[in-house]
Amino acid sequence: MDLTKTPGSPPGEPEIREMLLNVGPAHPAMHGIIRIVTKLDGEQIVDTDVEIGYLHRGFEKMAETVDYNGVIPYTDRLNYVSPLINNMGYCMAVEKLLGISVPERCHYIRVIVSEISRITDHLTCVGAGAMELGAFSVFLYMIKAREFLWELVEMVTGARLTVSYCRVGGVKADLPEGFDERCRKALQETRKVLAESDALLTRNRIFVDRMSGTGKISADDAISHGITGPFLRSTGVEYDVRKDCPYAVYDRLQFDVPVGTRGDNYDRFLVRMEEMEQSIRIVEQALRDLPPGPFLAHPETGRPIPAAEMVDEGKIGNIAAIVDARAVTDPTLEGAAKSQHPNIEAGEKRVFLPAKEDTYGNIEGLMQQFKLVMYGHGIRPPKGEVYFPVEGANGELGFYIVSDGTSSAYRVRVRPPCFAIMSALPKLLIGDMIADVTPTFGSVNMIGGELDR
Amino acid sequence: MNAASLIQAVKDRFPAGVKASHSYRGDATVILGREFLLEAARMLKEDTLFQMNFLMDLTAVDFSTFGTKRSPAFFANSGIAVSPSPEIPDADPWPGPPGGHPSAGAAPGTPGPARFVVVYHFFSLPLKHRLRLEIPVGEVEEAEPEVDSLSSLWASADWLEREVWDMFGIRFRGHRHLKRILMYEGFVGHPLRKDYPVNKRQPLIGPVN
Repeated sequence: MDLTKTPGSPPGEPEIREMLLNVGPAHPAMHGIIRIVTKLDGEQIVDTDVEIGYLHRGFEKMAETVDYNGVIPYTDRLNYVSPLINNMGYCMAVEKLLGISVPERCHYIRVIVSEISRITDHLTCVGAGAMELGAFSVFLYMIKAREFLWELVEMVTGARLTVSYCRVGGVKADLPEGFDERCRKALQETRKVLAESDALLTRNRIFVDRMSGTGKISADDAISHGITGPFLRSTGVEYDVRKDCPYAVYDRLQFDVPVGTRGDNYDRFLVRMEEMEQSIRIVEQALRDLPPGPFLAHPETGRPIPAAEMVDEGKIGNIAAIVDARAVTDPTLEGAAKSQHPNIEAGEKRVFLPAKEDTYGNIEGLMQQFKLVMYGHGIRPPKGEVYFPVEGANGELGFYIVSDGTSSAYRVRVRPPCFAIMSALPKLLIGDMIADVTPTFGSVNMIGGELDR
Repeated sequence: MNAASLIQAVKDRFPAGVKASHSYRGDATVILGREFLLEAARMLKEDTLFQMNFLMDLTAVDFSTFGTKRSPAFFANSGIAVSPSPEIPDADPWPGPPGGHPSAGAAPGTPGPARFVVVYHFFSLPLKHRLRLEIPVGEVEEAEPEVDSLSSLWASADWLEREVWDMFGIRFRGHRHLKRILMYEGFVGHPLRKDYPVNKRQPLIGPVN
């Protein structure tokens, strides 16, 4: 951008100059740390320069230094509003590299949690976007709904934000007891909130005036910039990884892909609102079709033994006393009991940790555990390279992994969906007013963790 | 089109350019000489057979230490050899010609003698197929390896190429303003190169406008 241009004015006339305005890196209307240098003619944006990288943490470099399962906590921090989708994307990429597949119940669990994450992501995006335009109550309603869903996530994973739930070849634990009922209830509450927000926003004069016709992009430009997800669908292009390159069990579930027509902020809002409804549909179907899990043995009849006692019995060779017994383990291991294990992991001993009962109770389990967790051991995929895309909340989230046959990846590359959208930001902003930066940037749903990695 | 017919179609158009190809785990991959890149990319975008309207991803891999990584645990190789299971094929699937980077001890099975490979992931929305194009660069010890820029064909290449320049130091011929994107101006080195230490620290030298 030419920052030095000061056009001369004819004598007697007031001098007209373009003004530079720096938005960010820290600005109340920026949902992350990013700097937009705008060149203004009056209130109109003539040119912009977008600077990113303030949240660069070297994810890709770090992923080369740890083992395959060690990358999972880092993926939580990519898109921290929907970490479960990142978990799933990474794990499925490594599973593709290994050539294994997980059991059906595990697929359904992953689909359920990632659709819940998609709803939380859209709620945050729409709610925050509306708040920045003055509709503060909508933000509070939506965060309330997000809270219901995050309670579900907490119930399943034990954490709200940094979930680290998926594992290569499975998930950490089975769904907890009573999840089905709680989930249906939370989805009903979310539906109510969506109806309320719809009533507050969709025909709200101020909201429509600010959103409609601003931040426009054509379908061709969006494709050329590599934009995917709700942003691309708002321009009328029907591309959804879940439909076009189906993974997990998405090809068995019924859902619609909403598309817009004009590619402006208002269409993106409508697409996101409808996608939440479709995600609720997917979760409800997945709950209905979820293959039944094991019947957990009753604590009395299932003879739970404290883990330490189990180890002691095993040491003196008293296997008869501990065989088929359940171990009383740490609450964080709830859902990963031996009876639940076949449903949540791929059944490949060189990939997934054994059930704790086996680790404590027999030498094979103990060796399997150590062969996977000891430094320098762990999962060793064959040499090769794979790319695996999933539908993230912002668009296609792809993982490209190169393996050299050792216990850590040779190269892990993330294709962050909002990187493409941010590269198109100048195109979205130029020609609009300075006040339109707020709704446009809000609808981009920039997530710093994923953009800067 | 499936992976095999995609690879065959590219081979038919560029018999001289295609150095190798594979479809490991179903991902169609073509390794192409760098002088054919621009021509091949234009063909992929415009030919009705391919219709690759998305440049999904553009990245690079530094193969200089491929196959040389020693296991940090000294007893790691003392274990009992596990026989390959049908689920995890242990046969070396790497497609490339044998003979690795000379400085890397010529480990067989690496993708070729080049230090870097620039990796393009194309996707065709109308035909729903994907193709990975790999361009080996830096065969000789070039200080600054260079390939043609695709920013004239896809707008997405603009930022992605800036990122590859930032992280790997690969230049893109014909790019309008190839400057760092994630790191700051004044950062020394390219952090995703294998010879850049993980724990190296650098002072922040304020933004340059």
